[in-house]
Amino acid sequence: MKVVVDFDLCESNAVCMGIAPEVFEVRDDDFLYILDEHPPPELHDKVREAAERCPKQAIKLEDD
Amino acid sequence: MQRVAVIGASLAGLHAVQALRRGDYDGHIVLVGAEPHYPYDRPPLSKSVLTDDSVDESRLRLRPAADPDALGVEWRLGSTAVGVDSLPTGDGPARIRLDDGRGKRGPVVEADGLIIATGARARPLPSSEGIAGVHLLRTLDDALALRAALISEPGPVVVIGCGFIGAEVAASARTRGLDVTIVEAAPAPLLRVLDEAAGMAIADLHREHGAAVHLGVGVEEITTAETATGPSVEAVRLTDGTSLPAAVVVVGIGVIPNTEWLESSGLVIDDGVVTDETCLAAPGVVAVGDVARWPNRRFGGRLSRVEQWDNAVEMGSYGGSRLLAWATGRPVEPFEPVPWFWSDQYDRKIQLAGVPAPNAEIVQGSIAERRFVQLYTDDDDLVTGALCWNRPRQAIMARQLIGQGAKTSEIRDALS
Repeated sequence: MKVVVDFDLCESNAVCMGIAPEVFEVRDDDFLYILDEHPPPELHDKVREAAERCPKQAIKLEDD
Repeated sequence: MQRVAVIGASLAGLHAVQALRRGDYDGHIVLVGAEPHYPYDRPPLSKSVLTDDSVDESRLRLRPAADPDALGVEWRLGSTAVGVDSLPTGDGPARIRLDDGRGKRGPVVEADGLIIATGARARPLPSSEGIAGVHLLRTLDDALALRAALISEPGPVVVIGCGFIGAEVAASARTRGLDVTIVEAAPAPLLRVLDEAAGMAIADLHREHGAAVHLGVGVEEITTAETATGPSVEAVRLTDGTSLPAAVVVVGIGVIPNTEWLESSGLVIDDGVVTDETCLAAPGVVAVGDVARWPNRRFGGRLSRVEQWDNAVEMGSYGGSRLLAWATGRPVEPFEPVPWFWSDQYDRKIQLAGVPAPNAEIVQGSIAERRFVQLYTDDDDLVTGALCWNRPRQAIMARQLIGQGAKTSEIRDALS
């Protein structure tokens, strides 16, 4: 799994960070950082949930 | 359960469908939507749709409906549920009457499980219907009509009601460079969800950006001019005698849940479809999204409707699983989320995690900086919510900590 964020769409609502903090982090500068572009399999469900819950549909999951 | 009908093809209904399929439900699903469009995202309707003329339906489609055939449902778009002849009883299916605009006797949908997700519609201002230039905003078609009006009528815009819809429309119209006046009957904006100081900060934000804001004053009438095509808005007259010239009026005074079709169904209808704490309205009947009124036990169990994007996602998903649990006799946990919403106005992102309470305390930043975290605590000093302005990280942390039942001191430390 590869995590791709469309930063033109991302509004830093930080929902993804709430669900998968291992992969997504909104820092104090209000920007989203991807901590792990290739999250391990045990995180895939959480990352899928984060993508689904993103209010801007800004997170795409691609096959490696 | 051979057949499920999901009535309402928007965010909550769509997520209910997804949850059914994720739960290995392989029966037939009928998805009924009153609008002709595939499910689309509503938050941009008061924001980017109004400020960016290139945003159209294709950019708003909800991702799970990107490929409608892949969802595995029978689509019934442009069909409004108008009545219920029976609810699922175990002996017989639910029978829902539809109006598809094609004739007097519309089709009937039968289903063993029913998910009600008919949402709500914008509340009109009394005696303003039929006046050209007066707009409501709920649907894509409403938003496109409003945008067209903002383009073709560069005159003054009057926004009636400073809830989130009114505030966002006002910000969008100002962003277009239009002359904007907001009229709010309450002494401060958004008093239903914010305390007075935070509400006044919204009013100040709009004033700083050049909008006029009238608080604590109602609308007496909309005065019109007769045109060849009927009455057209000329001004908005307020209860204090002020007359505001208007080319476009936007009414944002709340919503009415779409429950008329359920009136003779036997379900409890009281400002929405009333359910138990697991979103069950009756055996085999689940209600989700803006139309559902349920007791959230996390916040005292008072019946409430939550008109928020994230709640529609979470409650829709929960509702799909809930119906499956009913069908298979599986036990379920109650639905007790920590609500969360955001609103974008100008360059500010306003987020509320949880629910407001009488005691408000700023723990980081300041209202003057327009960047702050404010904690709401109840009379037992328990944190019920956090209001964040341009503090998205803290909003999500607060949501989690409240969900985990963290101590007030712990939440205060984490957010300050």
